[in-house]
Amino acid sequence: MCSDPSALHGFSWLACYLTTAKHMGLYWSFGTVLLLLAITAPTALLFGFGGASAARSRFAPLRWFGKAYIALVRGVPDIAFFLFFVIALDQGIEYVRHLFLCPSTDGPVRQGNDFIVCAAAKMPLGNSPQWVHETYGFSLAVITFAIVYGAFAANVLFGAMTAVPRGQLETAEAYGMSHRQTFWRVLVPQMWVYALPGLSNLWMVLIKATPLLFLLGVEDIVYWARELGGSKTPNYTDYPHGDWRMWYFFFLLVFYLSFTRLSELVLNRIMAKLTFGQATAAGEKQRRAAA
Amino acid sequence: MKKLILSAAVLALTAGLAMAESHTTVRLATEGAYPPYNFINDKGEVDGFERELGDELCKRAELTCTWSTNEWDSIIPNLVSGNYDVIIAGMSITEERSQVISFSEPYTQPDPSAFMTKAGAGDVMSGTIAAQSGTIQAAYVTADMPGATLLEFATADESVAAVKNGEADAVLADKATLVPIVEADSELAISGDEVLIGGGVGLGMRQSDTELKAKFDAAIESMKADGSLNALITKWLPGAATF
Repeated sequence: MCSDPSALHGFSWLACYLTTAKHMGLYWSFGTVLLLLAITAPTALLFGFGGASAARSRFAPLRWFGKAYIALVRGVPDIAFFLFFVIALDQGIEYVRHLFLCPSTDGPVRQGNDFIVCAAAKMPLGNSPQWVHETYGFSLAVITFAIVYGAFAANVLFGAMTAVPRGQLETAEAYGMSHRQTFWRVLVPQMWVYALPGLSNLWMVLIKATPLLFLLGVEDIVYWARELGGSKTPNYTDYPHGDWRMWYFFFLLVFYLSFTRLSELVLNRIMAKLTFGQATAAGEKQRRAAA
Repeated sequence: MKKLILSAAVLALTAGLAMAESHTTVRLATEGAYPPYNFINDKGEVDGFERELGDELCKRAELTCTWSTNEWDSIIPNLVSGNYDVIIAGMSITEERSQVISFSEPYTQPDPSAFMTKAGAGDVMSGTIAAQSGTIQAAYVTADMPGATLLEFATADESVAAVKNGEADAVLADKATLVPIVEADSELAISGDEVLIGGGVGLGMRQSDTELKAKFDAAIESMKADGSLNALITKWLPGAATF
């Protein structure tokens, strides 16, 4: 049916247009964005938890490390971090592999403008298929996102840990719990209610930051919207059209708005659950409403 | 546990060794947004003059090549950092770029650049001129058109859109890119004089990759010699000079 698009009109033309292999690229890229969020959010939370625990550690070097991580990463502009760090990380990995895999290779790694490692040290290998290169690029993006958002999450969790009433911890100690037990059994379960508003902010910001994937060379929804929306002359496509970027970006707007709205609804539910039985104003309100 | 981590690391490091022995794959990078030189077709694949040219050059040089796309803005930094081996993206050979990367023999004659305006706009050479950032045209507007203001865009398509919506008075780009756009849109026209900038289009490679450069130079020479390059130029680049 789609073999001769120039003969088609109206809906059938649109149906064929929206199902070209190129449009499939756009639809898949929504999956890329969702996958990024699905992997990055828990990883960043883990980084945040590690950072916050380190920052309140009794062992000084670990504490310094935690505080430095939070301060440094939060202070560097996101864009600078995304542009610089990814290249540095990629070259760092290749450099280490170069040292291990071909130590006998002559010549320095940096020659003029070029960064040269032996063929075996390339990451991924030059002869890997394109999808491996794309997956590798995606993984670098996930790590970078996790480090950046982990630092913000660490600060939120650090604040939440200090917000848990001192009396709770004292009681735990009075029952003879060790430092570790107090941390895991009393502090951690109670801190989430204080952390959630901050974490939900981060989640919203993370959703809206996914177009940064485009900066990292991953073909995300913004890339495809721009590519598909740009005007097309009849010489190079069966579906010539004018500048349709407005429609594609409008579609992205709808996607992001509905996604953040859905997130809000889910987060409100989680908040209500976490508030239950807590010695906070909202917890007290819940108790009165039930009574 | 430590042993486990160590052996996992060693495994990860050595896993690729055996495969790397047969390293002959050359990765080509293009922009995919500069028809007719390179663009993404309806199937979502790289297509255009440089797709056909690149495939033929790789065949003649007996190399296995794979295609990838990269933003124009970061196409040179990613080459020198080793993410791919060759830039084949309508890149004109210039003095400035030659300081960072090395170019093959040119595979087009210096392509004249042209101004495109709204039809009937007349001479607007002193107004706001749109161009793709990091191109020879953008450099030309800044350096050689004292009366004009440069407006830069990330892609050629966006600079054309700027003329259509009145943001810019004219766009300066390779003539071969503008001609198909003007043919398809009666609101637009080529106007003013053509300008000759750049020294033809060539493949960009790392300066240390002398062996690869020699192979591609030989392949380009052989395509020039048997006329197949001229056939490709006539097929894809309207009005461009042949060799």
